Amino acid sequence: MLKLILRRLVQMVLIMAVSSLLLFAIFDTPEFKKRLAVQELGGFAVSALTEESYKSWLAARGLDVPFYQRYANWVGNILSGDLGFSYEKNRPVGPLLADRLANTGILAFFVFALMIPLSLILGILAGMKEGSLQDRSISFISVLTTSIPEIASAILLTVIFALGLGWLPVKSAMIGGFSFRELILPVLTLVIYDFGYVARMTRASMAEVMTSQYIRTAILKGLPYRRVVMRHALRNALIAPFTLIVLQLNWLLSGVVVVEVFFEYDGFGKLLLEAALFPDVEVVQACTLVAVAVAVLSQIISDIGYTFLNPRIRFA
Amino acid sequence: MSDHAAEQVPVLECRNLCISYYTRAGEIPAVVDFNLKLMPGEAHGIVGESGCGKSTVALAIMQYMGKNGAIVGGEILFEGRDMRQMSEEELRQIRGSRIAMVYQEPMASLNPSMTIGDQLVEVPIYHDGLSEQEALARAEEMLAKVRLPDPKRILASYPHQISGGQQQRVVIAMALLSNPRLLLLDEPTTALDVTVEAGIVDLINEIAEEFGTSMIYISHNLGLILETCDRLTVMYSGEAVEVGDIHDVFEEMRHPYTRGLFGSIPLPGADKNAHPLVAIPGQLPLPHERPEGCNFGPRCTFFRDGLCNVGRLPMHAVPGDDDHKVRCERFQEIDWDRDLPKGEAKPPVEAGGTVLSVEDMTKHYLIEDGGLFVRGGERVVKANEKLSFTAREAETVAIVGESGCGKSTFAKVLMGLEDATDGKVMLGNVELGDLPVERRNAETISKLQMVFQNPFDTLNPSHSVGSQIARVIRKFGVASKDEEVEEIVFRLLDTVKLPRDFARRKPRQLSGGQKQRVGIARAFAGNPKVVIADEPVSALDVSVQAAVTELLMDIQRQNRTTMLFISHDLSVVRYLADRVVVMYLGRIMEQGTTEDIFAPPYHPYTEALLAAVPIADTRIEKRHIVLKGEIPSPTNPPKGCPFSTRCPYMMPGTCDVELPPLRSFGGGHRILCHLDPAELTAMEPVIKPKTEAAERL
Amino acid sequence: MAVTEIPSGPSALDRLSRPKPVIVLFLLMWVPLTAYVMFGQRIGPNAQTLLLPAIPATLALYVLGVRAFRESRVAVIGLTLVFFWLLMAVSAPYLPLMDPNKPVAPFATPFSERGGLFFWLGTDFKGRDMLSRMIWGCQRVLVWGVTATMVAYVVGAMFGLISGYLAGWWDEIISFVANVLLSFPVMVLFIVILNYLGPSGFNIVVAVTFASAPAIMRIVRGLALDIKTRDYVYAAQTRGEHPLYIMIFELLPNVRGPIIVDACLRLGYTTVAITTLTFLGLGLQPPDPDWGLMIRESAKTAMLWKFSYMLLVPALAVSSLILGFNLMADGLREMSLRD
Repeated sequence: MLKLILRRLVQMVLIMAVSSLLLFAIFDTPEFKKRLAVQELGGFAVSALTEESYKSWLAARGLDVPFYQRYANWVGNILSGDLGFSYEKNRPVGPLLADRLANTGILAFFVFALMIPLSLILGILAGMKEGSLQDRSISFISVLTTSIPEIASAILLTVIFALGLGWLPVKSAMIGGFSFRELILPVLTLVIYDFGYVARMTRASMAEVMTSQYIRTAILKGLPYRRVVMRHALRNALIAPFTLIVLQLNWLLSGVVVVEVFFEYDGFGKLLLEAALFPDVEVVQACTLVAVAVAVLSQIISDIGYTFLNPRIRFA
Repeated sequence: MSDHAAEQVPVLECRNLCISYYTRAGEIPAVVDFNLKLMPGEAHGIVGESGCGKSTVALAIMQYMGKNGAIVGGEILFEGRDMRQMSEEELRQIRGSRIAMVYQEPMASLNPSMTIGDQLVEVPIYHDGLSEQEALARAEEMLAKVRLPDPKRILASYPHQISGGQQQRVVIAMALLSNPRLLLLDEPTTALDVTVEAGIVDLINEIAEEFGTSMIYISHNLGLILETCDRLTVMYSGEAVEVGDIHDVFEEMRHPYTRGLFGSIPLPGADKNAHPLVAIPGQLPLPHERPEGCNFGPRCTFFRDGLCNVGRLPMHAVPGDDDHKVRCERFQEIDWDRDLPKGEAKPPVEAGGTVLSVEDMTKHYLIEDGGLFVRGGERVVKANEKLSFTAREAETVAIVGESGCGKSTFAKVLMGLEDATDGKVMLGNVELGDLPVERRNAETISKLQMVFQNPFDTLNPSHSVGSQIARVIRKFGVASKDEEVEEIVFRLLDTVKLPRDFARRKPRQLSGGQKQRVGIARAFAGNPKVVIADEPVSALDVSVQAAVTELLMDIQRQNRTTMLFISHDLSVVRYLADRVVVMYLGRIMEQGTTEDIFAPPYHPYTEALLAAVPIADTRIEKRHIVLKGEIPSPTNPPKGCPFSTRCPYMMPGTCDVELPPLRSFGGGHRILCHLDPAELTAMEPVIKPKTEAAERL
Repeated sequence: MAVTEIPSGPSALDRLSRPKPVIVLFLLMWVPLTAYVMFGQRIGPNAQTLLLPAIPATLALYVLGVRAFRESRVAVIGLTLVFFWLLMAVSAPYLPLMDPNKPVAPFATPFSERGGLFFWLGTDFKGRDMLSRMIWGCQRVLVWGVTATMVAYVVGAMFGLISGYLAGWWDEIISFVANVLLSFPVMVLFIVILNYLGPSGFNIVVAVTFASAPAIMRIVRGLALDIKTRDYVYAAQTRGEHPLYIMIFELLPNVRGPIIVDACLRLGYTTVAITTLTFLGLGLQPPDPDWGLMIRESAKTAMLWKFSYMLLVPALAVSSLILGFNLMADGLREMSLRD
């Protein structure tokens, strides 16, 4: 087990190194440098710039050195805890990223707090009696909700609750400080898209367990149905959904981009998109590192959880 | 018997039981008009082929029919009360306490994420209201009773941590925990190795004696039923066709199907030349395609139009024996002695020169732990150790062994998918041991072909039957023009007795036996010298097995092919092999002609194997030898003699230290054993005719 | 007289994948539509004649599909939704619609009349007809979505077969690359790739391939690992067949069935991805209509109850298409479990 974790961590560092090097190479192209100059000096100024003064601008920004040198510097800085500087937002990346991550963290917390119980309960209820009315209606609801992409459900929710009923604010920019009401629509959007998927997987897992031979053994042992479900079925049925839920962390980092942009919520996803479009290289780099770290760490947690929940592997 | 029945209430009685499944195609009757009466302490066997409804009956007794099954008629009386009228709660109280069940696959029947202790204590806690402590004590006691070593450790284990045989003992212990009146055993040993099976059968018989439990034993194996039961129901295609005392049915069977079954299993005395098996023609009907009248009618040699295919046939009592009933309209008209199914005797085949010779062939695997970044330790698995034997032209050499004996590894080396670590494998004058299949030329490859075990895996489901045979013909350069290839495909289909239009069919449209026939056609398409048949019939139904076996041997006979027949079933081996090689954990323990192997001197393992195979013949007496323990893992074999951990003759200090010497008994009969040759020769035969029956023979 | 045991007829999945007529019809539908969307502007005003054979092909394909799926009501509903949009895509130039790019009357609400023209779904802030834009808007997302998914499948299946069948170092390397790609959250990967390559339909294909192929590779690899232990593969090996032959003729046909369900789901994901990326400005570009673009363009102006139809129309349209794909996947899975 320890070996597995170690292997994953080594893999994570390797992936981070490869991906950040790739990003440096990408942002080293002349077009990107030009785009950066346009962003900083304005399009008009850049077109009026002479070759020499453009070069001196590059030199002033440290962009004239080859990217691998800058990359080596950057790695050194990262290792000493300096994540770089955001030209767009004009502040160091470290605190900026921390702020945005905290915001996304709040969002993620509520999404998971709502999504996990909802999807597990619905999935188990559906999978317990495969083919029943209960199963069919839950399955239908979850197919329906997973079919509405975040952008569409964001629109639907906004139109109904903000524009139509006027109960909730349209945007979640949190200009006047943290507001719980502004959080509701983004959270709901993400939950609606994701819970159906987890619920369906839970249902499949539960349904498979319920038709297994050991459940037949438990029933024919004369155990009360409650005990069969609670003690024999649940433990086995929840192994798959557990690992899945942890992996949803990774999905959430994708999902938040569109939701944060739509609701103008200042989180990680919006930061990433803005930085990529700017192009604010060091911010993109830092965001990618965070994303990869989250992905690999959630993979590790999911592996550990799977091993812990599954005695067949724990005591192999 | 009849006044006996009057004073006692049957433990279980099924009256006119009808069970159906509901599918997309509508209602499909699974079991029709099933009757059964089980007296206290009695063991009743239900025997039949796949799809005959035997397991359905067991689950119906438990009132566990699943989503789409239902009991549509009749009564199931447990101790005189109809279970169909009981409430869920009443059923729950009966299940697991008064009626308990043992299942076919022990691993799947135990909850993988609960310790065995947790799963066992539930029974006394929920049925007898015991406290956790008391329940645990009782569970431990019961594990000792089913002769599991170290019950404390097993209580704390998870199912995957113990072996298959031990798992089945746990399931049996679980069934016995609240001392049931009725025990249902649904193929309890089918998933186990023969020597392990013998131990379980032994245990079941002891339970019957010690606890006086009534039993229903479901199996496809007539021999097992004979060893365990008092009475027997033979089922065919959803109906009971013959019921009676086990000896009556075995000795005076009165249904053509029962007769056919016995004719198609190799009993001692059957011989491929003098007394070949007689297959039941045709196939099992699918449940929704059953014929009118007698379900067996279309396959029956006694079939009579207007009598056998009209209406629903009732059971008739055999005159002079009220207990023996039969579902046949003509059983009294048939002269059972004269119309005995008899195969045509064939002249024995002279074996030719040596075709294949294996000398000290050794195959070791290296297992590496670790992966991309971390290198772990290496372990050696000795899959084959110094195998030596020869096979001659037109000869059948059987390789016998249980799981882990190394027979599939040997086949892989032979076929060129693995390199031999050491030693020689000569096919004619080509050395195959270090010649992987990529480097063999088409001629060498075509000389050596294989028939596989699993009919569902042997053909690619995506291609038509014809194209799969044609590929072999082209690949081996037998023919290349389309018309020629097609002609050969048709001829091969004729040879395996399949209609020519099967060439266009997909494997899905074929039954298991038909697929095996195509597999045989494919193997013989390149005119091979040697065919390896890896348990070619073990996955087929009994009544189909004989036909496929006979076909395989006929083709072999015509082409003078050498056949290596890999099997775990000594009855089949005795029937068809000329010479036998017995393997255990990668080594050859004994080899010789078939007569040599089946008569003393025996290797102790051969002796145990012979004793373990159930024989469906009441005229035979078998010595009782039950091996202790389980087959060790090939990754960690015992020191010295590999069989030393289970051998009843084990001599401490010798067998578990040193590899035994190879003792020769003349005529190529060789035994790998520490026992003195005189001691080996003095062994008594395992199988012999019963004294009173011997006179009749 | 003898009872021949012939198990049930072809399963639903087989009927679907029975190759010839389906493939011909699909190509008849697909090639013109793709050509129209990709090169229509270069061909000029006569481009729409390209689509003539596609209309009957689409209808015929739908009929075949309904027959194959008739056992599952869910699948038929899904199929109907998908084919509704496919039919709209191939027949849009022939429908009596206004020019989707021509401003007529801004901010006309649904079911209103302006200047003698009736607007069923109203007009957007520039005054373009919403109904026309909605129908035209399905073309690009369908063409690029299906193309991207197919390319991802070709790449993923190829690597999956190699990795699963050949194992060893091939597997180590391919699996590592797949793991690297899978470690990026999908959207991050999309943003990085499309930001580098620039937003366009073709680059969406590249990005989707990078994002989806690793997951497809894993599925195919798992199937290949399972199938290669079957005796018929063993038989082919012992016959001395080349690994390439075994991968293409023995493994690939048997991988097809199980991945059809996944392909339907993935078509849905790809549609979501394209719409989302277009909304973020990284996908399809104006002026031609697209659902994602419609949302992007009116996201600022339509934030009023009165104008919410500008957002609702494309949002519901895209949801219905994805629902179609998902229901098809569901029905197919249900059918494959029953067989």
